[in-house]
Formats: sequence, structure tokens, C-alpha cells
Amino acid sequence: MTDPTSNTPEDGVGGTDAPALPATERGDGAPNDTTIRASAHEAESSGHPDTPQPPPVSRDEYPKVGPGGEAIGLSTETSEGHQELTRRSATDPGELRREVGAVLRLPEGVVIDPANIDVEQSDDNTMIINMGPQHPSTHGVLRLMFELDGETVLRTKPVIGYLHTGMEKTAEELTYVQGSTNVTRMDYLSPLHNELVLSLAVEALLGIELPARADWIRMLMTELNRVSSHLMWMATNGMDLGSTSMMIYGFREREMVLAFFEKTTGLRMNHNFIRPGGTAADLPDGWEDDVTIICDTVLPRTDEYDELLTGQPLFRQRTESIGRLSAEEALALSLTGPILRSTGVPWDLRRSMPYLHYDQVDFDVIVGTYGDNFDRYSVRLNEIRESIRIIRQIVEKMPAGDYRVQDKKVTPPPRARIDESMEALIHHFKVFTEGFKVPEGEVYVAIESPRGELGCYLVSDGSSKPYRMHIRGPSFVNLQALPVMMRGGLLADAVSVCSSVDPVMGEVDR
Amino acid sequence: MTGAAEATSVDPVTPVEGPAGTAGLSDSGGGSSRFPGRPVQEIVFPTREQYLPLVQGYRDDGFEMCIDLCGVDYLTHFNRHLPDGVQPERFEVVVNLLSLSTARRVRLRVQLPESDLEAASIFDVYPGVEAMEREAFDMFGIIFVGHPDLTRILMPEDWEGHPLRKDYGVGRVPVQFKGAPGPR
Repeated sequence: MTDPTSNTPEDGVGGTDAPALPATERGDGAPNDTTIRASAHEAESSGHPDTPQPPPVSRDEYPKVGPGGEAIGLSTETSEGHQELTRRSATDPGELRREVGAVLRLPEGVVIDPANIDVEQSDDNTMIINMGPQHPSTHGVLRLMFELDGETVLRTKPVIGYLHTGMEKTAEELTYVQGSTNVTRMDYLSPLHNELVLSLAVEALLGIELPARADWIRMLMTELNRVSSHLMWMATNGMDLGSTSMMIYGFREREMVLAFFEKTTGLRMNHNFIRPGGTAADLPDGWEDDVTIICDTVLPRTDEYDELLTGQPLFRQRTESIGRLSAEEALALSLTGPILRSTGVPWDLRRSMPYLHYDQVDFDVIVGTYGDNFDRYSVRLNEIRESIRIIRQIVEKMPAGDYRVQDKKVTPPPRARIDESMEALIHHFKVFTEGFKVPEGEVYVAIESPRGELGCYLVSDGSSKPYRMHIRGPSFVNLQALPVMMRGGLLADAVSVCSSVDPVMGEVDR
Repeated sequence: MTGAAEATSVDPVTPVEGPAGTAGLSDSGGGSSRFPGRPVQEIVFPTREQYLPLVQGYRDDGFEMCIDLCGVDYLTHFNRHLPDGVQPERFEVVVNLLSLSTARRVRLRVQLPESDLEAASIFDVYPGVEAMEREAFDMFGIIFVGHPDLTRILMPEDWEGHPLRKDYGVGRVPVQFKGAPGPR
């Protein structure tokens, strides 16, 4: 690794982890600094020998026609280079500054002067290593590439896409009725939030009003889901930091919530419970008792977590002032949710832009001060308590009524009617085979998921399938904080930082 | 640049305020009683040249965050409702900006012709669009000029084509039930 002739690619990549890198990383041999992109391009589009090479950095003069005047096909247009972290000598300065976090246009005091970035720093003393995509503490198939100087992280680059299954493309093939089965699999730790945001978007286009009970059931279920998601985070975060007891406790409490979900929706995850037009079913008999037991159990146990972790010196040393982020950085990077709130910005969509009936319940928005790992832990721990406070109010205020809108266009008939009425059978058949048509238009709806702003941009062309459905996944955007949070930290803290972002790869890759 | 107002006056765009008279463009959820505190969303249609100055203007006007950026391919739905003066094109870049101080959202829809799929990158204004612009490039092939690292993000780097385009076919894998007995 410290070979002075680091112009050969094998040396810069680092001998220890070379087998972990795919062939493209090792094989894109860079003869000198300026032609790395061109040569990478050449390697990828080798099937088109006549294609002229694009200029290495600027895309202004990107060639759109070949030498013979023929349009250059997609293969050329899309071969934009590799996604991995490359050696400094092979990275153009603009990209390098971004990877060290210097491109943030921030107020004075927090910005790093781009002139101070050591673009010319030799690769001799640094090493590029991989973490993931199979590393257990990356919570899925997240691949992180680090440039290290000893134990210190100089640059970080998340490489994602390993779980990409084209769910936005799939959504265009499914009717609105089937749509929630698709989106519920995105953020698998808070599936009900995904279903809710799609349903709200469809209902906004349809322009239908829901009965109050449907909205309150949705609030109850999503708040319970927030509790279970944060409990899951407490568990995995504890495990990442070496507290296996926290892992057991977190999963134990989450199991209670999932058992209630199973009783209500039939499934522990991927419920398909919140649907356009209401919910799939009413709450089961005796739900008040179940929910009260959950509240009465989880709330005192958050105090036990407090005792277990908050005061523990080892835990504090691994979280306090690790992965610090300022409010300006968080806003510039479009971060939302507990990460944004941990920096002291009191932004919670439930409070700031209320949806459902969140303006009728009383709760506090938890904010941190320093924006470090410990603040993110405290925000999430206290959000469990606030959610339980909300749930107790929902139990009191739950109105009677219907759990779905009685609009023949979107609501299938009750099961009992199908046995006695031919029209009901036809109606049922049509809703579930053809679906219902949604008026032409486009809408963006956002809710507060446990990880931040979960948005749905929905375009309808008037048919029964979405013309375009885009989900703004909070994890996808929040991952951009990793290079900034890890810069200058220790490699051992990378696990802690990654865990505090709480990425769910199903949502990142979609 | 003092703000969006100036950007708008210098480069006349077509602001569409709310659902009035623009059926199909309206945000029907805005008027719903289930979003009591939510103002009606604004939609603005800048041209490609107005796009970057307008975004900068909104940034100076207190829109602290670019919450979302995505592409849309209107190949099979070309004749959508657009306000007068907006030339429909095949591709659109849709940008959602958010102002935390005033709890306001604004949506920008930029038309991009198929023959010249280049738009200015707003990375310098909002660094948080880094991943989103890469995703829009990956899925639609929209080139964001000025982006520091415009590579594929979700698809493998040697993938051909842009999957969310409407003329990109949906592949199907024939399912073989190997254990099942054959037809008798």
C-alpha cells in the first residue's frame, strides 16, 4: 500500500482488500490523473469501438452524435463511470471536495475552505477499504468505502443499489388497489407509514373525505408502528455498540406491538392494512385493552433503557460528540426526522404541517442540541414516550363510525353482501380486477415517518394505475449525511455513526 | 439575487397558485379538511434557463430545503394539463422545495425535450440533491450539468438503459415449476 509507484491501480486499492473489490475497480488502470474517467468509460463501452471518448470532467460538450452522424445509443450515454470511491490521484477535484464534505455552501464558521482540502495529498499514506455490503452492522446491504489514514476516516462514500428491485416501476404496473402491497415492502420497519402516504396521495387525487374513525385508526396504527420502529432501532443500535441485552429487550417489546399488528391486520409486517379509502378492517374487539397493555409495559421499560444505556460510561463514550452535525449542514443535506431534530431544529411534520388529526393531540417535539450520536439516541428514546402519550389520547378520543369511506367507486362491498347480491359480486370483482380510476393530476403528500419525511409524488393519467409513483424515502436522503458525519472520525466509530442514521435499505434502494 | 420575486420578474414564469382554473394541476389535498393547516401547494413551471436562477431565488427567499427531486417520463401521457405558455415536453424534472420557517412547499416542474436531456444541477444551491439527481439520471438519463459525480446510483454501473422510461420494457422471467408433474 505504501508503494511509491502508486500509479499502478493494484497498489492504490490496497493489497489487503483487493479481492473484495469487483473487477472494474481493479481493472480500470489509470495511466495518469486526467484520463481516469475516459479510460473507465472506454472499458465499459468497449462494445462500441467507434464511439469517441467523452471529455474527462465536463459534460457540456458531451457528444450526442457519433462520427458518422448516428445518434449514440443508451449504452454510451449511460456509461458515466464507476460508483466506487477511487484514489485521490484518480479523482477529479470537484468530486474530491464533495467527498470530504467541502462543497457545502454554509454560513461562515462551519464551512471548510475548499483551498484547505489537500487535493494533492499522496495516496501513499492512505488506504481505501470496504465495509459491506454484507457487514452485519450496515443494517442490510449498504456498502461503505472508506479512505483511511491509519484509523482516521478521511473520506466515506456509500455505495447503494444492492437491494434495488424497481418498486417504482412495479407500481406503474399495479392498480391503486394493489399499490399498497407494493409500497409496504419499501420501509419494512414502518410499513404502515408507507401505506399511509400512498393512500393519502391517492385520496388527495380522488378528493374523497374519510370518516373520522378511519383517520384515527390510521393514527393509532402508525404511532404504534413508530414505537416498534424506534424499539427496533434501540435494539440494533445497542447491539452495534456492544450492548446485547438492549438488543434482547428491544426485540422483546417490539414483539408486543407486532403481536397487536398481527391481531389487527393478520400479518406482523407488510400489512396492506391502510388502503386508499380507509383501512382493510376495523380494530379487533378489546383493542383498547391490548393497546393499554402495550403502553403500560413499554413506557416503564423506556426508563429501564435509560438506566441501562444513558448513564453507562462505555455507551456515552461511544456516542457523545461522535458524528456531530450542525443544523446548517443538516438543512443543506435535506436531512429530516430524528437526525434533523437532534441538531436542534424543531421540525416535525405532525406539528408543523399536520395531517390526519395530529392537530388534536397533545405531544412534544423532541429536539437535541449537539447533533451527535447521543442526541439522536435521546431523541428517539423520548419519541417513544411521546408516541405512547399520543396513543393514550387516541384510545380516549377514538370516535365511533365506519372504518372506510362508503364510496361505491373505491370501496368493495361487505363480504356478506356478496353471498346474496349479484350486483355486489360484480362490484367486488370489478374493484379487485380493474381497480378504480383516479382523476388526472399530480400531487405530493408527505408524512412524518420514524426516519423523517416520507413523501409520495403521484401522477395520474386518469386510468386505474399510477402513471408515475415516486417515493421520497427518508433513509435514501439521510444516507448523504454519512460522509459528513464520519469525516475525521475513527473507523471504530463508523459503526456507531451508521447505526445512528437508522437506514432501512429496503427504502434506500426501493 | 434578492429572491424568487425578482427571479420571476426577470424571467417570466407561470406560477400556478392553487387549484383555481387549473383542473388536473391542483393539489386536491390542499383544500381537504384533513390537512387543515396545510396551505395549497404552489406549482411553478420554469424553463430550463430559468430553472437554476429561480431555485437560487427560492433559496434566498427562505426555502431552506430541497426535499425531493425526481423525473417523470410523459411519453404515453403527453397531452397532460399544463398552463398556457408552457410547451409540453417528454421529460419533466420535478423539484419540491420546503420552507421550514413558513411551513410552505413549492413545486417546480421543468420541461426537458427528449433530444436534449440536460438540466442545470442545483447541487451548488442544495447539496442534498446529490443522491436525488443521481437517481433521476439513473432512472431517466437526465444529465445534470455541474453535478460533481453523476454516476448511476441504484442500477449497476454497467447497466444499459434507463429503467423508469416508459419505453423501457418490463422484463419477465418465465416461471418453471420444476417439481410439478407435466401435462397428462
